[in-house]
Amino acid sequence: MTSQGSRKAVVFFEVEILDAKTKDKLCFLDKVRPLHKYYPQWYAARQSIRLDPKGKSLKDEDVLQHLPVGTTATFYFRDLGAQISWVTVFLTEYGGPLLLYLMFYFRVPFIYAPKYDFTTSKHWVVHLACMCHSFHYLKRLLETLFVHRFSHGTMPLRNIFKNCTYYWGFAAWMAYYINHPLYTPPTIYGEQQVRIALVIFLFCQVGNFSIHIALRNLRPPGSKTRKIPYPTKNPFTWIFLLVSCPNYTYELGSWFGFTLMTQCLPVAFFTAVGFIQMTVWAKGKHRSYLKEFRDYPPLRSPILPFVL
Amino acid sequence: MIGVSPSRAHSNLFRCSKYFIFFSRWLVLAMAMMRFYLQKATHKGLYKSIARTLKFFQTVALVEVGHCAIGIVRTSVIVTGVQVCSRIFMVWFITNSIKQIQNEESVILFLVVWTLTEITRYSFYTFNLLNHLPYFIKWARYNMFIIMYPLGVAGELLTIYAALPFVRKTGMLSMRLPNKYNISFDYYYFLIIVMLSYIPLFPQLFFHMLRQRRKVLLGEIIVEKDE
Repeated sequence: MTSQGSRKAVVFFEVEILDAKTKDKLCFLDKVRPLHKYYPQWYAARQSIRLDPKGKSLKDEDVLQHLPVGTTATFYFRDLGAQISWVTVFLTEYGGPLLLYLMFYFRVPFIYAPKYDFTTSKHWVVHLACMCHSFHYLKRLLETLFVHRFSHGTMPLRNIFKNCTYYWGFAAWMAYYINHPLYTPPTIYGEQQVRIALVIFLFCQVGNFSIHIALRNLRPPGSKTRKIPYPTKNPFTWIFLLVSCPNYTYELGSWFGFTLMTQCLPVAFFTAVGFIQMTVWAKGKHRSYLKEFRDYPPLRSPILPFVL
Repeated sequence: MIGVSPSRAHSNLFRCSKYFIFFSRWLVLAMAMMRFYLQKATHKGLYKSIARTLKFFQTVALVEVGHCAIGIVRTSVIVTGVQVCSRIFMVWFITNSIKQIQNEESVILFLVVWTLTEITRYSFYTFNLLNHLPYFIKWARYNMFIIMYPLGVAGELLTIYAALPFVRKTGMLSMRLPNKYNISFDYYYFLIIVMLSYIPLFPQLFFHMLRQRRKVLLGEIIVEKDE
């Protein structure tokens, strides 16, 4: 939050900051100094400043002059808890599955019976699955480093434990069965099933990447502007005509392809849980698009065309 | 129920009668148990005689979770959900499926505990809705759990522990590799994990009830920790 000096007359603001829960006065600023000079443990990313104890946080870009306050402004402070940067979280939660899966693929000791240590599977679909899985997480890591533009710098620290448990746990569970010496390759449609699954998987990977690039190009570097995404020349983005969050649609497609390829129930569970979570996120995003833009295209659904 | 709008009064009456029905069913169950014990002077075979009724009740208790989800009752969904799930699990997956343990003392223990707890709870809900709550029912609801909870947990854990050898021997509900779904499940180890999960879950439920007790009986104001 910044305070601008007016050009015509000098307007002085007095700012008091109260704790949102106990209403204790934390500081009273007649010269505006950053909050964490008074309370060093509450660095900027942890601060939530709001006009109303139960209201929404003010943004960094908000200007004191433009807020509905009198000459003595009262703000409420909330400690958001220890924070960690999004990039750190993403790198950790994606790096884990990449490494864990490879450990199972190479049959590192103490996972399977000792006679199988460091052996490789005789099924070609197992090698294919390893390549696909590794490619997927490698792509995610590279996108985190070079493609994504994050609106918030940080998230609460406890999220990293929750997210890593989810990603690492599921990756280990899937990898255990796919790389097991007693793994059964797809039986329903055999090789044809694996081929179709691979096509679906690759198609959705390219699609997902195209959407990420399109979303990145919506937002100039360093800015936090929000715009409606539209189809570009890339055919993979034409799905924007029907869906608000096609990145999730393609992600679901990728995992569906992987499930088909491996015919492994733990993978199906992972796909199902991911689908539920992504639908929740897509609906939220769709709702905020509708709220923010009057002219939002009415034909779009959150995640599945016409359906969801 | 003066001062309540007609539609509200209507739904209150409906809920009230539902709770009364639940309450009376548990009472019937309790009386069936007592009569059996007095007649036969043993607890063997007791489970079998009440099995069907018990299974029905516990499954119907799923409704409770729905209530919390919609907000009719003020307990949290998770707390009630965990309780109902553990009860259904005990009834359907342990005592119903493993005949050999149905005569264990631990089964009687948790059955008695559940019956007493539910009778107290539903009479509390019923009278609460009628706005004529006798103090002794409120006292019972918020004090009996201090003994009932640990006893109930002990009964459940001992029952699961007694069931383990039979699960191992019969390999029930387990699936081995290789199979075309590429998944395996060992019910024996699953039960061990369930037993271990009581360690973090039971204190949470217990302290939740203790906090409720302080709020309701002692009138303390507790500032809830957000997030």
